[in-house]
Amino acid sequence: MAKRIILGAVAVLLVIASAYASFYIAPEERTMGVIQRIFYFHVGSAWAGMDAFLVCFIANLLYVWRRQEKYDWLGVSSAEVGLVLTTVVLITGPIWAHPVWGIWWTWDARLTSTFVLWLLYVSYLLLRTLVEEQDRRALLSSLFGIFAFLDVPLVFGAIRWWRTQHPSPVIMGGQGSGLDPTMKKVFFFTVLAMNVFAGFLIVERYILEKLKHEVDILQREAEA
Amino acid sequence: MSLLSNTATLLGKELRTEFRSRELLTTTVVFILVVLILFSFAISPTAEESREFGPGLLWLAILFAASLMLQPCFLREQSNDTLSSLRLAVDDPFAIFLAKLVANTLFLLLTEILMLPLFSVFYNIPILPQLRYLLLVLLLGSLGISIAGTALSAISAQARMRELLLPLLLLPLLTPILVVSATVSVSLLEREPVVLWKGIGFLAIFDLVFLTALWLFGEYLLEE
Amino acid sequence: MPPTSTLSPTGLLFENIDKRFGGLFALRRVSLEIAPGECVVLAGRNGSGKTTLLRVAARIVRPTAGKLSFPGASSESAGNGRPGYVAHTTMVYDELSAEENLILFAKLQGVSQPAARAEELLREVGLYERRTSLVRTFSRGMRQRIAIARALVHRPSVLLFDEPATGLDPLGISWLAKALGEVNRSGCTVVMSLHGESEISALATRAVQLDAGSIVADTKSGASLHSILTFGGS
Repeated sequence: MAKRIILGAVAVLLVIASAYASFYIAPEERTMGVIQRIFYFHVGSAWAGMDAFLVCFIANLLYVWRRQEKYDWLGVSSAEVGLVLTTVVLITGPIWAHPVWGIWWTWDARLTSTFVLWLLYVSYLLLRTLVEEQDRRALLSSLFGIFAFLDVPLVFGAIRWWRTQHPSPVIMGGQGSGLDPTMKKVFFFTVLAMNVFAGFLIVERYILEKLKHEVDILQREAEA
Repeated sequence: MSLLSNTATLLGKELRTEFRSRELLTTTVVFILVVLILFSFAISPTAEESREFGPGLLWLAILFAASLMLQPCFLREQSNDTLSSLRLAVDDPFAIFLAKLVANTLFLLLTEILMLPLFSVFYNIPILPQLRYLLLVLLLGSLGISIAGTALSAISAQARMRELLLPLLLLPLLTPILVVSATVSVSLLEREPVVLWKGIGFLAIFDLVFLTALWLFGEYLLEE
Repeated sequence: MPPTSTLSPTGLLFENIDKRFGGLFALRRVSLEIAPGECVVLAGRNGSGKTTLLRVAARIVRPTAGKLSFPGASSESAGNGRPGYVAHTTMVYDELSAEENLILFAKLQGVSQPAARAEELLREVGLYERRTSLVRTFSRGMRQRIAIARALVHRPSVLLFDEPATGLDPLGISWLAKALGEVNRSGCTVVMSLHGESEISALATRAVQLDAGSIVADTKSGASLHSILTFGGS
């Protein structure tokens, strides 16, 4: 319990610190102004979201192999957290784009791919609601999760190639492309903060799922 | 019996069943036709635009049609529990998938080939000059749709709301196929056609990735 | 039904089989040893686990825990020691003819001369005249018979039968009892789930009663056949 509180406290502190750094420590970007500061959270969430989906993939593989419930709990927890972070990416994208380009959405490669990613994991969670029996649900969603994750690089690759054929404005001005050193530090710090935060959320969600399962067992025993 | 021989036997069964009733083929052909016509009502492209839009709309129609056509794939094995007797009879359950995905690819290709002349007429796009490359794209794209679709239809057959679920799971997963196939097709049907080999290679990679995933995880998709 | 002579007598060994569906255990630490050539009846109320146990034996359902083996199974016999399984549905294709179905399942399991074997079986179950009719047109009794033919196509040394008498008239039950008797006499181990006493239950050399997923009585350990058969189903 103490460990959870410490993790939570550290996570929240890191996020607050990175917010502070984004607004006060990082230098202002020449062309875009203040709104560019959202880039740190936008990309930080994107990376943390992808890490969460990677955890989901590994949990899915482990479930299929081992058939232990804990891997199913980990799978659903990391998928949900990943989805939340991906939603943040999809919302901050237009928030950034509108003041800068005057448009909300440009079908930019990364944002579009992120949208498909979002759809894939919404489907993952939707599938879970449509299978009642728990072992079946765990197995089927793990298998779909595996297929979905294998699709992710193909989605990003395909859309990026598609965009080379039909170029359009790029919202996220390329992570590595000439970031000032202070910006780089703030950026990696935010990525770290978002990952730790994601980890904290996954742990909490996992524990919730575990408790739900224990309540179910008790309920069933009480009825029997 | 060997994988190949079982696959051949089962493929014979799939083809014989379908050609006896021809339900799947006729409904799919009519569906693609209707979608193509409706698209032209909604968009009414000029001659020049239709070269740009047409192929993309064709692939969209194919995807929608496929997501409906693939639903009975495993559902029809449920009415008399023939899935169980098949699983009992074959040594390698992959034979079941292989037979179905080859059959589905053939059905899709057949409907596409029947639609091509009509597509060419409706959208005023000559297809004969680049026909062999077009057929190659249709083959690789349909193969990808069938592989993913056959796998996912095994999943959706075990869930509720399966009619809605399969398109929901399948369409985001097939984004790479849509994007790449449409782009390659557009490029083939331009006034000065270009064969985008990178795209064609990408389709082959997609097919390989999902075929391998199906081979590795297929038996779990059928498990009870 | 002529003797299926190339059988290697095969038994079944269930070791601590658990099967969980959602939160409920359909089977709970079931251990059962069935000797080659036995004719075993599984009795018990609806929901006691009979169907699940048969499906585990058929290897259609994967147990949550425990081990299943077939002592005596030889890999030379056609079908690799694969049991024959008859359930409530025919497990054949309605849109194919009786003949086509049997040839399909014969080919899949590596039965030599599939067409000849299909003809042989159709004659035995009395469906030869309807061999080119689609299974969709068959009556309940005929569906039962095509299901049995399918299960026996690869000359199994173990036959699993889930509630064979369901939906059959007395004539059908007589025929089935005779057929099952012959199959068992030719060396095939038979395991079937039943409700109550009948011509078919009279074939049993042993009966086992299941309740809530566990074995509660066994004629092998002294329980009477009659009590096992009548407790189940009431």
